[in-house]
Amino acid sequence: MSLDDLYREVILDHYRSPRNKRALEAATIDVHRNNPLCGDDITVHVLVEDGIATEVAFEGVGCSISQASASMLTEQITGKKLDEIDALVTGFRKMMAGEEGPDEDALGDLVALKGVVKYPVRIKCAVLAWDALQEGISAHVGS
Amino acid sequence: MLDAKVVRKDFPILERRVHGDKPLVYLDSANTSQKPRRVIEALSDFYANHNANIHRAVYELAAEATEAYEGARTKAAAFIGAPGGSREVIFTKSCTEATNLVARAWGGANLREGDQIVVTEMEHHSNLIPWQQAAAVSGATIVAFPVTDDGHLDMDALERVITDRTKIVCITGMSNVLGTIPPVREVADAAHAVGAMVLCDGAQRTPHVPTNVAELGCDFYAFTGHKMCGPTGSGGLWARAEILEEMPPFLGGGEMILEVWMDHATYNEIPYKFEAGTQPFAQAVGLGAAIDYLNDLGMDEVRAHEIEITGYALKRLAEIDGLRVFGPTDPAERGAVVSFWTDDVHPHDLATIIDGDGICVRAGHHCAQPLMRRYGVPATTRASFYIYNTHDDVDALVTAIDTARSRMGSGGLPF
Repeated sequence: MSLDDLYREVILDHYRSPRNKRALEAATIDVHRNNPLCGDDITVHVLVEDGIATEVAFEGVGCSISQASASMLTEQITGKKLDEIDALVTGFRKMMAGEEGPDEDALGDLVALKGVVKYPVRIKCAVLAWDALQEGISAHVGS
Repeated sequence: MLDAKVVRKDFPILERRVHGDKPLVYLDSANTSQKPRRVIEALSDFYANHNANIHRAVYELAAEATEAYEGARTKAAAFIGAPGGSREVIFTKSCTEATNLVARAWGGANLREGDQIVVTEMEHHSNLIPWQQAAAVSGATIVAFPVTDDGHLDMDALERVITDRTKIVCITGMSNVLGTIPPVREVADAAHAVGAMVLCDGAQRTPHVPTNVAELGCDFYAFTGHKMCGPTGSGGLWARAEILEEMPPFLGGGEMILEVWMDHATYNEIPYKFEAGTQPFAQAVGLGAAIDYLNDLGMDEVRAHEIEITGYALKRLAEIDGLRVFGPTDPAERGAVVSFWTDDVHPHDLATIIDGDGICVRAGHHCAQPLMRRYGVPATTRASFYIYNTHDDVDALVTAIDTARSRMGSGGLPF
């Protein structure tokens, strides 16, 4: 099996069995975003305690890329400090912009989304949940 | 009967290959149509031999350009059956500009607080948003004209939605999602009975169905060129001359005036009153060539071909388990636009995967979010057909959908 195939399987696995896809009533961050191009719809919920994202969940509908990316996001940022999350978001955005340099180990399963770069119109799908997350964290830190 | 295999030869782009060696299967003509060689050559010839700004200069070249532009207007007026001829046709850069023109110019002068604007639930955003804007300015309200589960306009609601408060009814000539061809005449008669106006959005209808605005019974008819073999930046608005004469202008600028002082101006006669600034005149000339092309094929032939291929597409798509097609099931009641949903592959994934097979379809909400909400789907995949599409194209689509579904089932995403 090639690495490509493995990565595809990771995306499909998150799409078919999304992690942390649920409401989160105690959340301190709730941000809804949609992609008017295709109707992808994501709400990201984060419970921040002492500067750490202790619980992360999402709700939404959309294509495999948007939903898998959101699912991976919840796994990758749970338990991380907000500044660590910020670095992760930056790394993910770099990868989606096709730039060299992001630490792929830190990105974990998210590396599977690297192939989306070859499909420029789909990049919006992949970054939708991350846009929501970043907006939520900025507002949270600002307050 | 129109032979699509022969017609295809008029479209150079259909000879190209994509993704290496895959033949192009273009099923997105409701988005924009491809252009026949005649239109491409007309544009090229205009720029190479006749280009000068219209209506403004006295030299021979400018006279030729003006004649070509006004000739295109005459062709457009005849094509849609404008009873008052070419002075009733305003060229716009798009159908969207035409609907905005009506909403701003007519709406601005005629809508008041308490008035109602009836908009069908199957309108493209271009025939909804301008009316939301007009409502916000005037204090009028939007009333939705609902659609039925099977994709028809809900005519049982006619008497409820069109009342003595109705000032204008906005109705598509053909839905860009469902393909539905609503009974514009019946709706227009009901609107006129209460003294309301009717705007018909002909963006999807004009390229595919023989159109006569007098028979449709509407007061305004908006159309676009790029979906009917013409260039982008071409399109127009028809309205009866007396309506246009009473309406205030839309955009202000050059050409739309007669005399100008520092503090006021008088306006040009119709249609020029509504054509401020340098028009996309080369594109209008290209639209004229597109109209000639369609007339030579014969719009009755175009319609017959599309009923036939839509019937074939509906039959083949029905063979796919779990695939839900939206809109009327009788091809005689709809245009060649087929939107569908499969439970196991999201439209965006489907469109990306079958693009790998050279098949171009649209996935998304098709600028009709209220309609998506009505049918409870976030998006659909839409295949749309035109004069150059064959049964082979439909077969390629069905095979590609089957393959995509099995790939999604076995981890075969192209990412």
